[in-house]
Amino acid sequence: MFRYVSNRLITSVVLALFATLVVFLIASVVPGDPILAMLGDLAASKPEIVAEYRARWGLDLPLWQQYWIFLQRLFHGDLGISISTGRPVLADIAQYAPATVELGTIAFVLSIAIGVPFGIVAAVWRDSWVDHSARFISLVGVSSPVFWLAFIALTIFYGWLQIAPGPGRLDPIDFPPANVTGSFLIDSLIAGDWETFKTAFAHLILPSLVLCAATLGLITRITRASMLETLGQDYVRVARAKGMKERAVIVRHALPNALIPVITLAGLAYANLLTGTVLTETIFSWPGLGRYTFRSALSLDLPAIMGMTLLFAIVYLIINLLVDLSYALVDPRVLKR
Amino acid sequence: MTDSVAVSDDVQVAAIELRAESTSTRGQRWRRRYGLAAIGVAIIVAWMLVALLAPWIAPYRPDLVDVTQRLLPPSAAHWLGTDTLGRDVLSRLLYGARVSLFVSILVVLLGAAFGILVGGIAAYAGGWVEHALMRFTDLVLCFPPIILAMAIAAALGIGTVNTMIAMLVVWWPKFARLARGLVLVQRHQEYVEAAHVIGYGPGRVLLKHILPNALGPLIVLCTLDVGHAILVFAGLSFLGLGVVPPTAEWGAMVSEGRELVEQWWCATFAGLAIFTVVMGFNFLGDGVRDWLDPRARRR
Amino acid sequence: MASVTGSTLAPGVADAPPAASMRPLLDVRDLRTYFDTDAGVVRAVDGVSFQVFPGETLGIVGESGSGKSVTALSIIRLLQEQSRIASGKIVFRERDIVAMDEDDVRALRGDKIAMVFQDPMTSLNPVRRISDQLVEAMVIHGRHDRPSALRRAIDLLGRMGITAPERAIAGFPHQFSGGMRQRVMLAMGFSNEPVLLLADEPTTALDVTIQAQILDLLRELNADFSAAIVLISHDLGVIANVCSRVVVMYGGEVVEEGSTEALLADPKHPYTWALLNAAPRLDRNTPGEKRLTTIEGTPPDPLNWPKGCRFAARCPFRIEKCDEHPDLLPVGEARRSRCWVTQMGQNLPRRSQTHAAQAPDVMLAEAALATPPEPILELRNLVKHFPVPKETPFSRQQVVHAVDGVDLTVYRGETVGLVGESGCGKSTLARLIARIHTPDSGSMTFEGREIAFATPAQMRPLRRRMQMIFQDPYASLNPRMMVEQILAEPVRFHGLAADEAGLRLRVNELLSLVGLTASAARKFPHEFSGGQRQRISIARALAVAPEFIIADEPISSLDVNIQAQIINLLIDLQERLNLTYLFIAHDLAVVKHISDRIVVLYLGKVMEIATSAALFAAPLHPYTRSLISAVPIPDVAVERIRQRHLLQGEPPSALNPPSGCRFRTRCPLAQDICAQQTPLLIEHRPGQWAACHFAGQTDPAQRYAS
Repeated sequence: MFRYVSNRLITSVVLALFATLVVFLIASVVPGDPILAMLGDLAASKPEIVAEYRARWGLDLPLWQQYWIFLQRLFHGDLGISISTGRPVLADIAQYAPATVELGTIAFVLSIAIGVPFGIVAAVWRDSWVDHSARFISLVGVSSPVFWLAFIALTIFYGWLQIAPGPGRLDPIDFPPANVTGSFLIDSLIAGDWETFKTAFAHLILPSLVLCAATLGLITRITRASMLETLGQDYVRVARAKGMKERAVIVRHALPNALIPVITLAGLAYANLLTGTVLTETIFSWPGLGRYTFRSALSLDLPAIMGMTLLFAIVYLIINLLVDLSYALVDPRVLKR
Repeated sequence: MTDSVAVSDDVQVAAIELRAESTSTRGQRWRRRYGLAAIGVAIIVAWMLVALLAPWIAPYRPDLVDVTQRLLPPSAAHWLGTDTLGRDVLSRLLYGARVSLFVSILVVLLGAAFGILVGGIAAYAGGWVEHALMRFTDLVLCFPPIILAMAIAAALGIGTVNTMIAMLVVWWPKFARLARGLVLVQRHQEYVEAAHVIGYGPGRVLLKHILPNALGPLIVLCTLDVGHAILVFAGLSFLGLGVVPPTAEWGAMVSEGRELVEQWWCATFAGLAIFTVVMGFNFLGDGVRDWLDPRARRR
Repeated sequence: MASVTGSTLAPGVADAPPAASMRPLLDVRDLRTYFDTDAGVVRAVDGVSFQVFPGETLGIVGESGSGKSVTALSIIRLLQEQSRIASGKIVFRERDIVAMDEDDVRALRGDKIAMVFQDPMTSLNPVRRISDQLVEAMVIHGRHDRPSALRRAIDLLGRMGITAPERAIAGFPHQFSGGMRQRVMLAMGFSNEPVLLLADEPTTALDVTIQAQILDLLRELNADFSAAIVLISHDLGVIANVCSRVVVMYGGEVVEEGSTEALLADPKHPYTWALLNAAPRLDRNTPGEKRLTTIEGTPPDPLNWPKGCRFAARCPFRIEKCDEHPDLLPVGEARRSRCWVTQMGQNLPRRSQTHAAQAPDVMLAEAALATPPEPILELRNLVKHFPVPKETPFSRQQVVHAVDGVDLTVYRGETVGLVGESGCGKSTLARLIARIHTPDSGSMTFEGREIAFATPAQMRPLRRRMQMIFQDPYASLNPRMMVEQILAEPVRFHGLAADEAGLRLRVNELLSLVGLTASAARKFPHEFSGGQRQRISIARALAVAPEFIIADEPISSLDVNIQAQIINLLIDLQERLNLTYLFIAHDLAVVKHISDRIVVLYLGKVMEIATSAALFAAPLHPYTRSLISAVPIPDVAVERIRQRHLLQGEPPSALNPPSGCRFRTRCPLAQDICAQQTPLLIEHRPGQWAACHFAGQTDPAQRYAS
């Protein structure tokens, strides 16, 4: 077990290092004056700032030395200063991350909570109306452009029916709760502020539903497919031959095996959700990492873009590592020699 | 990094569904499957025709600005209404099909070609070549597609071609992964061993014997993926990173109309167009997968 | 672990079939099970009736498609969605299973009626412990609570022959071999003391020495638990080993029924006759004649059963009346048969039982007199190890010792048979010779040229002379190529045809060589049956007119009657085209028929080499002896007097083979020297080599149990 874990860990770290190299190379490929790109017009006109920047990042040194400096700075948590906000990129990340994590996690939980049971029922009652509606809904979810879905949702539920709150995490008149975790739901509960909790919750509904649409479709499909395959296996037939009730067969024999590939995909889906909130956040004016990245891209805020790219790559790697580890816990064959 | 790093979701689902479906009743399954696929083909063909014939069937020029006619609801003169600059929504929709379909199909084809090459060679060569190629693939897969596309677009600048390049960079790895898996399976089959014993060289074996048998799921992935590419490109255009205005493109149209809750027609129809095309490709992809199922042909 | 040798343990055959006055435990009456498919209704079981009496052992024999497995599944109503019991009764202890509701049937399953399936590797849930799965079987029927169920499970595992059951029970399925998993399945089956056990091909997926152990176990369980056993198999030898009565199924029907002894001695249906006489057998030998009696054709299509007798198309005894469908009628005491010919009183011809047990010296003298043949292939100390993927970059590299120093010579014009059980390295050896793999060390000369480390360019001209036939008829032909292409491509590649016309001629020539019509050329592999595909494979191998053919288990996946056809084809081709064969198989009966000399492999090393006759008459190596005695023979008289040298235990791991002689861990003759010194392959008698310190000896210390 230890060997397996350390193996995966080492691979992840190596890949992470390579990711930093890729990010660094992209940054160096930017055409035009790198100083301009990194500092923006305003700062670049001030010679002291330019000189300080030069010194810090060693711009006159050969490329590989620059990379080395880049790495060192990275380990000190220095991702550069964002041009648009003027703050260290890391501080920006710290500010915007909780909103994205909150949104992404709720969307993920929704996809699993709806998708998995749906998929299981669809497989067990194959070719029933549940099965067909599951297939249809998952197809719709996977085919819909998320930004359009968001627009439709806002238009119908906020614009016409007026039952959903508008964009943003809270109404403009509300104050956010005291910052403990950054998640409004949790923080308002901690502070005992029931009103804020309700508002935050209401604001979360539409964006998380929209965001989870595609993932929901995918999870439903994979659960159904995996369940179907497992139900056709020999050991399921053996379980029936033992005289087990059908429900017991499904729960105790089919499910554990069927869920194994679902775990992999779910992990991947979570990573996708966390890193793919750009469109949803833009439409719902959600102050998260996605919108931050987008704004940085538009304003060509290179340090921010690079920082975000790197962050997302690391998130991916971490989640994949966790998925691999959970695999080892769930499937005893993984550790076999 | 194990294969848990995105063998494409579609592919994994497809592989499992392939194994699972062999136990169902074939009659019902056949009708249902090919029924949907037929609808999918119809949708796609319709949109392809639209894309090809847009210059002839569009009632107006897509970039015809007439501020006096702005934000008109659907009427006899403008079937789908007009947008903020008075341009006819229907015409822009029809022209938008050209960009979306063209870009997506091109990205998928090129990405698939490169990916299959990488994956096929990796699987056939084995050893350190395979290891190196697959680690490289893993690396690219670490980066979320939209983010990486954004980063590259930011570095290279906005525009259709640059966005396509950005998409290509993130598009090929899933094909490489799939191709490697498929070729690996075929490589140890006995008919491949027979080919070796007869004396055929490695190039011939890979191209003439292995690949035709490995192509099936790859074709399925290509078909399903066009829909995905359309979504990504529309998403990037929505964010302003794709096409350069005033080019008509569906994602951009949704973006232009997103604040306009009252004038819903600006954004809705474009999104609907995306939705239908992508659905069509998904239907077709499912059908192609079933049709190519070797078990359906074998006894 | 020593073996139990020399016991003349008579199989359950000694028990007479139950008296007619007993009430049957299970009474299947006119059972019909149909499948609803796209192409129509498949009448898999089409009017099957038989009875099972308490405590008896009944065998159901038939080939694939005969409906025997579906019958078993129907008995406990474990059918898939699209299949249904169309009509008939299954009366078990006065109650009709067909009419019962689901809950009642479920109460029977795993309790009074247990079932064991064919493939032990997939019968256990891979992510749950053995203990869970065993305990579950008992707890769901309410007979035990968990602690007592656990204790009983440990007992059962011990009873089934698993060593250290307290430790084994906590393990996961993947930690067990096939034989052990089947023992676990049997433990599961017997955990609630059933009165009836249905065993569907329980040993088909196992090696022959493990199979012998499991069959012994089944007999013991039948005696100890007084449970009736219905044993389903395609192998009459297996059935003869365990069962006192036999039911023969063909085409979805019962075609013959009777006591094992009577049925095997005097079959009353041509299909049974064919199983006994038109298939390879270990105990038959006609010196000088390798060919087998065969019957033509393939089993009928279950979508469309023939109107009259379903076996008529292949029957060597058919008469005009066979256009009418015969009924199952009594043809003797406690015998029934569905055949016009035997119902009219006619007997089917008996084969003479005698086989000339020639003294080994006579045979060898004959061999020595013949002109010394030239060797076409020589292997010296060939070694191939496969590295196992390492856990971490720092752990020790482990290797599978697939082929570990093999010496072998094949002479021109002969057929050398290569036998061994799974893991012995025969497939790897085949691929080494064909240069699909490259050996790690050793030398290999083909027609005088050293090819062990030849480059692909050097190999290319030699490829023409050496070809290979593979085991799996489904995987060995490219599914996307037409037969014509498959056959023409090698010819074109080696430049053996003058032009397109010549190519087409050659393709037709090849097809007719293997007994296929020219129309086969434009079809795809999936349009052919398994036997036909093997013929195409053979044609492909012959396309370049080779001199040496390696056949890697070419008939293992085929029905026994089709096996006989292919064997005859191979023998014919050898005579016509002057071929030399290296024939690899795990089935000793097949190898015996076709081979001139036989090589026995165990765990990557050669144990014995001898002429076919000498090997079976007087084997030198204890492993050979065990192997031969483990093969079940469909002849009750022979089984009764046979010497049995059964092996206990499991084959050791190829990752860590035992020091010295590989076989010593299971050998009855093992002494200290066997662990210290690896025995060399020595010619103990002219033409007979063995690698054993005690070659030719039998059990110096043990006495025979009588």
